[in-house]
Amino acid sequence: MATSPAPRPLTPVPPAPAKPAPVTKAQTGAEALIRCLEREGVEYIFGLSGGAAMPIFDALVDSKIKLILVRHEQGATHMADGYARSTGKPGVVLVTSGPGATNTVTGLLTALMDSCPMIVLTGQTISPMLGKDAFQEADVTGITYPVVKHSYLVKNPNDIPRVTREAFHLATTGRPGPVLIDLPKDVTSAPCTAQFVDKVNLPGYIVPGKADPDALKKAATLIAKSRKPVLYVGHGAVISGAGPAIMKLAEKLQAPIVNTLLGKGACAEDHPLHQGMLGMHGTAYANKAVTNCDMIMAIGARWDDRITGKLSEFCVGATKIHIDIDRAEFNKIVRPDVSIAADAKLAIEDLIPLVDKLDTGDWLKQIADWRKHFPLKYQKRGGLKAQHVLDRLDDLGGRDCILTTDVGQHQMWAAQFCLTTKNRHWLSSGGAGTMGYGFPAAIGAQFANPGKKVWCIVGDGGFQMTMCELATAALHKLPVKILIINNSYLGMVRQWQELFFENRLSGVDLEGNPDFVKLAGAYGIKGWRIKRPNEVDRILKAAMEWNDGPCLVEAEVIKEDNVFPMIPAGAALRDMIIERPKTKMAKPEGST
Amino acid sequence: MSAASAAASPIAASNPHSAPVHTISILVRNKPGVLVRIALVFARRGYNIESLVVSADVTNGEFSRMTMTCSGDPETLEQIIKQVTKLIDVVHAFDHTGQFVYETEVALVKIQCKLSDRTEILQIAELYSAKVVDYGVDSLIVRIVGAHEKIDVFLSLLRNYQIVELVRSGKILMTRGLETT
Repeated sequence: MATSPAPRPLTPVPPAPAKPAPVTKAQTGAEALIRCLEREGVEYIFGLSGGAAMPIFDALVDSKIKLILVRHEQGATHMADGYARSTGKPGVVLVTSGPGATNTVTGLLTALMDSCPMIVLTGQTISPMLGKDAFQEADVTGITYPVVKHSYLVKNPNDIPRVTREAFHLATTGRPGPVLIDLPKDVTSAPCTAQFVDKVNLPGYIVPGKADPDALKKAATLIAKSRKPVLYVGHGAVISGAGPAIMKLAEKLQAPIVNTLLGKGACAEDHPLHQGMLGMHGTAYANKAVTNCDMIMAIGARWDDRITGKLSEFCVGATKIHIDIDRAEFNKIVRPDVSIAADAKLAIEDLIPLVDKLDTGDWLKQIADWRKHFPLKYQKRGGLKAQHVLDRLDDLGGRDCILTTDVGQHQMWAAQFCLTTKNRHWLSSGGAGTMGYGFPAAIGAQFANPGKKVWCIVGDGGFQMTMCELATAALHKLPVKILIINNSYLGMVRQWQELFFENRLSGVDLEGNPDFVKLAGAYGIKGWRIKRPNEVDRILKAAMEWNDGPCLVEAEVIKEDNVFPMIPAGAALRDMIIERPKTKMAKPEGST
Repeated sequence: MSAASAAASPIAASNPHSAPVHTISILVRNKPGVLVRIALVFARRGYNIESLVVSADVTNGEFSRMTMTCSGDPETLEQIIKQVTKLIDVVHAFDHTGQFVYETEVALVKIQCKLSDRTEILQIAELYSAKVVDYGVDSLIVRIVGAHEKIDVFLSLLRNYQIVELVRSGKILMTRGLETT
């Protein structure tokens, strides 16, 4: 805490205890841990202190690592996540035992589902008290097994250097993910005499690198037969930085590209071959391309249920090629004709020389035709529309900014109307669909990218889940720009209730919302409210130029609007709804 | 499964859905929590582990071996094995179903019986090379070693006697020849 440049500490800082003279010169486990983190290049730790983590917080006082004190541990995890997704470097979280640790579970799930590198350090009760219901004790490794890539309970201070090195290696290599280290207080207090560790010994942990040449040859043969190809680009392409290689491949083949929600930014969405996002709320032309293609190649994507819709009718008859670094993804949802376990970038680079231009003239013409007839659209009349605000944000420089979103209607509209052209410039919780993600993720991304503009696009529902971090943003004068799409509803659920549950609204009305502009003011944060379409440009421009700490724009959009196109959960892609249906619809069969 | 064990015997290994039984061997790093991580992969998909044997690999204390039997549809099992293999502390996991491997199992059966009833039990035991390891006034403990199916048949033959307790070790297996499991 004391390392934070705190112009006005919002929490009382306890007086620093007089340090007793060290008995030996040996460093403590906590000091060793911090040295290890420094060696890993950690710049920031997002955390919240507490009894069992006190030795670690104490060791941070003498470190150059900057501690960002959050207001809730969930916020710390999403900040670390935003830091990680916007840079590729692991985000680090430090919390105390018990409730401090359990509050990280949502962030761990979010990071695991979206393959995001993260290290979560949790304080723990002293090891002789493990399992004895000590104060603030929780079985943290037990609680978190299903939401981590790996975890450690450290029982010996001399294991700290090895465990830390392994944790960073695991979090950042292969398919990245969160790694948790549970650190009993006696272990972090005891002397650690172990040397730093550089090499890891993890038999059984094999990270695929280059693709098997035979698999690539087979893929190239199948590609050569295609006349209606689609390149389906996912988050793996973002993580491996495969975008430029994929663009080169697409241009060589003359094949259209579609991307998933998390694949946004791997390849520039404004490229003529790019058809935008596919899936549940993807563009009509992307989904029509996928429905009618004769070959689909997944590049770092996992055939998620938001993408495939009804599986038995997904890409029937099309050849399927699957490139993924995680072998467990093969045959999980779709049985591909060729599966290639490799880093996406390396695989595509090696594939390019094996393929030639395809005869896709008619196919591209067909897609252009769909694009002309089924564009993304919204009515500009009839009040302020979220789509209008986001469309204008895109035009007014949003395309060069890092955008984070929360989860729900605004997320889908942002994905549709805010094109992403740069890698790691689109941060959104996809797999877990975690409300409350967007704002803290923007804070983390802004810490990591002080020279870039960061916008967080949130709904009024999700923002209220982690808005306590307004204090964190204000304290550090982070120029994060918060755009609240306020429709006073949990809009996506309301949309489903309208479409599939006879408009019997239940648990969606956010009556009781605060005045968000006044709320910003309470933290000393600049705020604007957009009520009418003709105010959009002026206020977005003002916010874009605002540089004196965070700012907040509340867009009071019409309350009842729906995201289209839409493929009801479990329906086939060809059953896409392009505009508001006139007849009652059957309840969806698919997952949520 | 043999015809004998398919009879609705409470002591025969039950396989209620008659899905094929798979035998999986897993080489793991000898770390705390590894068993829980593996068990969670099964539990998350509602898969039941029917038997499980864990032992330290004496040739190298860093590793342990697990032999597991479970039943269920092969596609889910393929996913489970991949997810188990993906665990950091798992070195490898193989489904040996249908492979030419050596498999064996041990069972202990405690039977309540008077001295006068023992002749037939002892005859059955002898036929199956089972050994009487406890010879009490009112009871016997018989130990049988052998293939899972052989034990099933043996137990079905003892159905007419009063079985007080039954413990089965679960399958262990080893690949044949020089190849390691």
